[in-house]
Amino acid sequence: MSGSPIQRSAPRRALSQTVHRHLWRNLATFALIVVCVLGASSVTGTSLIDAFENADQAADFFSNLLHPDWPYFAKLWIPLLQTIRMSVVGTVLGLVFAIPFAFLCTRIVTSNRALTAASRIIMDIVRTIPNLLLAALIVAFVGIGQVSGILTIAIFTFGVVGQLVYQTIDTVDPGPLEAAHSVGANRTQTAVWAVAPQVRDDIASYALYAFEINIRASVVLGYVGAGGLGVLLNSSLSLQRYDRVSLVILTVLVLVVAVDWLSGSIRRRLR
Amino acid sequence: MNNEIQHTSTLSGPSSRRSKNAVGVWGQRISIALVALIVVACFATVDYGDKAPMSWPTLTHTFSQLLRPDWGYVYDGSGEDLVSLMLQTICIAFLSMIIATVLAFPWSFISASTLWPHMPAIPVAAKFVTDILRAFPELVYAIVFVKVVGPGPAAGVLALGVHQIGMLGKLYAESIESMDTGPAEAMESVGANFWKTTLFGRIPLLAPIFASLSLNHFEIAVRSAATLGLVGAGGIGAPLIFAIQSRQWNRVSILLLGIIVVVAAIDAGTGWLRKKLL
Repeated sequence: MSGSPIQRSAPRRALSQTVHRHLWRNLATFALIVVCVLGASSVTGTSLIDAFENADQAADFFSNLLHPDWPYFAKLWIPLLQTIRMSVVGTVLGLVFAIPFAFLCTRIVTSNRALTAASRIIMDIVRTIPNLLLAALIVAFVGIGQVSGILTIAIFTFGVVGQLVYQTIDTVDPGPLEAAHSVGANRTQTAVWAVAPQVRDDIASYALYAFEINIRASVVLGYVGAGGLGVLLNSSLSLQRYDRVSLVILTVLVLVVAVDWLSGSIRRRLR
Repeated sequence: MNNEIQHTSTLSGPSSRRSKNAVGVWGQRISIALVALIVVACFATVDYGDKAPMSWPTLTHTFSQLLRPDWGYVYDGSGEDLVSLMLQTICIAFLSMIIATVLAFPWSFISASTLWPHMPAIPVAAKFVTDILRAFPELVYAIVFVKVVGPGPAAGVLALGVHQIGMLGKLYAESIESMDTGPAEAMESVGANFWKTTLFGRIPLLAPIFASLSLNHFEIAVRSAATLGLVGAGGIGAPLIFAIQSRQWNRVSILLLGIIVVVAAIDAGTGWLRKKLL
């Protein structure tokens, strides 16, 4: 007799985990999503019929894309190098500022709660601004050119890597920290000798991840005047030279795939 | 000396230690030197001269304007104000996320290699499609769709939707490949066919993961949707670019404030929902 409540409760819990038990809740969620979709499509005025009716426009665009202007590549490789250079310099600058700042976001270097909270809020705000808008803003401040692109990438990297690094620092093994503390290390010494070695490989991996994102981003940054391949994308598009657009896009594709492959293989080795 | 300390304190698992030895200390040193060389070369060859920074008085004027946001722009009932454009941006992101979820869901079953043990070519081909979709920047899709459906938010929805199929398709397929196959195998062993194992053995396990990934991409899509206005694909981007180009700094600051608040709110909201799901 004493075992029966347990025996009865076990299948009941299993039953409560099935889809049917939550039928009404699931239906309500589904209805909510449908309402949101209908509302959103009326706000944006999206109709798929339009898209299919004008499919010939897309076909036209893609048929132009299939005939790239190969000789144009002679003019393309300098901006291509610029794009890579902007990403490298921006990523490194962003990292240099992100790592010490990430330590400030945790309770290892400072015991000041307000400082930690303020650092995290700054990092969150930096991350919310889309990088193309950031680039437009920086171009207005600094002027058209690569320096704007580099600054944009550096700020963006700062936000992305900083958050990843402080989350990693929060989850390090506390053993070495306690050991360092017990032999009288101060907070900076603890950060350098007990935390940094634990997160070193992760930071390298995040840097490569950020570099991948930055290569993609630096391609479009030129669109607002921040240097690199995007400048050519913008000018070829406004001249309606789709054969050149095609070549730029193909170059971007090859670059992105190559960088993804390279950083993927390095990251696998780091792990 | 330095190396020894790091080795004892990293607490890395045996596999990573072995791989490090396989690469070799010298290999490591050479690759670090190579990376350093590339970085130095890049720093040295950047053209720092091609800029025209603001003069000091303009800069102080700009900042004083930025600190006084144009609150009248928040809502003026014209449909061209912050609230209506921000709503449009969120709607673009939401619709594109729904389109991508609906299309990436079946596609991920085609591109998950664990579901096609006898025909490995099918998932490889399907993954190639999502890789291609993912490789184009959203801005390029936006340019294409502005040409197809005309300028407006619809172009943004389609552009982000297509790009996100690539993103979600890959992530969905990866979660199918790494999922717990126990329930599906158990059902197979008592005679359930493919549809039954998929509907009752896999989808109930995958649904919260997929929903969580979609929510995460909704947040990413809001950020992207805010930029697509640049090429005429609707949303908050166009007025922001106009305001920057015409140096209306008090409008720039209210627009940026709006974007930061909305993105942070959606970030927090989707984060809370995802925590509940998983």
